[in-house]
Amino acid sequence: MQTEEMRLDGNAAAGLLRELFVRDMTSAMATCRGCGNVGPVGALLEYGHQMGIVLRCPTCEGVVLRLVHAADALRLDPSGMALLTLTDGTPVS
Amino acid sequence: MSSGIRATPEVTLERAAAPTRLEWRVATVVSVRAETRHARTLVLDVPQWPGHRAGQHVDVRLVAEDGYQAQRSYSIASAPESPTLELTIERLEDGEVSPYLCDVLQPGDGVELRGPIGGYFVWEVTLAGPLLLVAGGSGIVPLMSMLRHRALAADASRARSPVRLLYSARTADDLIYASELARLGSAPDVRIEYTLTRSAPADWTGYNRRIDRPLLEEVAWPASEGTRAFVCGPTPLVEQVANLLVEFGYDPLRVRTERFGPTGS
Amino acid sequence: MSDTPFIARGFHAKRANAAPNRLPPGQYETRDFPVLSAGPTPHTPLSKWDFTILDSSGTSLRWTWDELQALPHDTPTVDIHCVTKWSKFDTRWEGISVDTLFDAARAKGMADGAFIVAFCDGGYTTNLPFSDVTGGKAWVAFGYDGAPLPPEHGGPARLLVPHLYFWKSAKWVRGLRILQRDAPGFWEQLGYHDRGDPWREQRYQGDP
Repeated sequence: MQTEEMRLDGNAAAGLLRELFVRDMTSAMATCRGCGNVGPVGALLEYGHQMGIVLRCPTCEGVVLRLVHAADALRLDPSGMALLTLTDGTPVS
Repeated sequence: MSSGIRATPEVTLERAAAPTRLEWRVATVVSVRAETRHARTLVLDVPQWPGHRAGQHVDVRLVAEDGYQAQRSYSIASAPESPTLELTIERLEDGEVSPYLCDVLQPGDGVELRGPIGGYFVWEVTLAGPLLLVAGGSGIVPLMSMLRHRALAADASRARSPVRLLYSARTADDLIYASELARLGSAPDVRIEYTLTRSAPADWTGYNRRIDRPLLEEVAWPASEGTRAFVCGPTPLVEQVANLLVEFGYDPLRVRTERFGPTGS
Repeated sequence: MSDTPFIARGFHAKRANAAPNRLPPGQYETRDFPVLSAGPTPHTPLSKWDFTILDSSGTSLRWTWDELQALPHDTPTVDIHCVTKWSKFDTRWEGISVDTLFDAARAKGMADGAFIVAFCDGGYTTNLPFSDVTGGKAWVAFGYDGAPLPPEHGGPARLLVPHLYFWKSAKWVRGLRILQRDAPGFWEQLGYHDRGDPWREQRYQGDP
């Protein structure tokens, strides 16, 4: 089985993202720093396992977000994301 | 949170409730219901449950006496209007959490969860327009919450959102919610099509193959501006169906996907 | 988050029994070979594949697939330990010792370093002390269990450093960069340990 068949999507990161953000982030729009594609965080491709979560751009497959809950720290690397947009009125969760 | 929706499903209320931290809660198993040989539904009473929207999920955390922990996500099957929270769990034979939830957990037991989680793969009856649901295997679960939510809405709302469901399963015995779907499918504005990817009974009248372009073309609404699609199931099925729908002319932002799969170890 | 987790009645980890002295602390034995990946599986054709060693002066040494295959093969049988807590015993590999590659690099005048970073197709990186990939402890492996290494397990070739947690055994490896100062890799940037010795349970930064 190829790793592409095992990938999930940003929906699977929603719980961990809610440990960082007070509002649901899966309906927020993320702009990929690599290719400029704009799409919902929920539609990012998730290569996740117990080490951490890697969310990749569905267009260029570059890393957009990385999340690790290691030891006693939660770390988010947003450097693959140029912009995050959450429209007013989007429900909290 | 969407507590207002439970009381008045016809109105999109100002969700003025202050954002809250996602808390772990201990739910109590009220009852269990066998759905298929491999799936069962847990009916849960969750203290201070804030309410959910159709399509959302919860995280379930199991902690063993020795401190070992395992955490998984499960979609909510019940309608937002339901007084109890229902999760339908498919037993993965080599899994660690699903066999516990399917075989060990009994009425009266507690189970720790947090939610509701997710805001992308969510549908509310106030979103008018034709609705296409495509499920593979246990991917039916969040779509069932949408169908149940829709069935409880007022006639006028339902009329604005006619629905088609395409449900792919391995065999007829693997179809979850079969009798309830038969009831829901008898409504004039609900069309349900099944396809079995393995053996089919002799009297089977549905499809008997993996979802392909001609099959999806026959079942899906023609592309139009207001049509929304929700696709949930194993990753290869979800990606193939979503790609085809976009090729058919569906608005990519209105084709929402949720990939189901075992959590990597 | 609640600080006192609720104990799930009758729940326990699904674990195989194993000789305890063979398992590093906190590990359990699996007979499966779980697939962990941070990205899609790259598909570099062997005709375009190469392996490169770079040092800090900018000197490099490169092998094509065929040139690498022509080097002497090792067939180590080793236990492997993943930081996600599974261990797998007696895995059989085929590959080239990293010593063989560094010997060739030294012959070309390249200097040893204190650390290396392995780099891979798909952008993955991991850092290791130089001394952990020399002295017969590390390989560039392209065979597993008597067959070519499957793509999902890192084929055509992965680094194999079995005495460290398995994320150091970078899949789809394309080269090693020799460094004088340590530079954290893909997971190390996010809090995983720079060395990762499973017997000392060096999972995260700050572990002894």
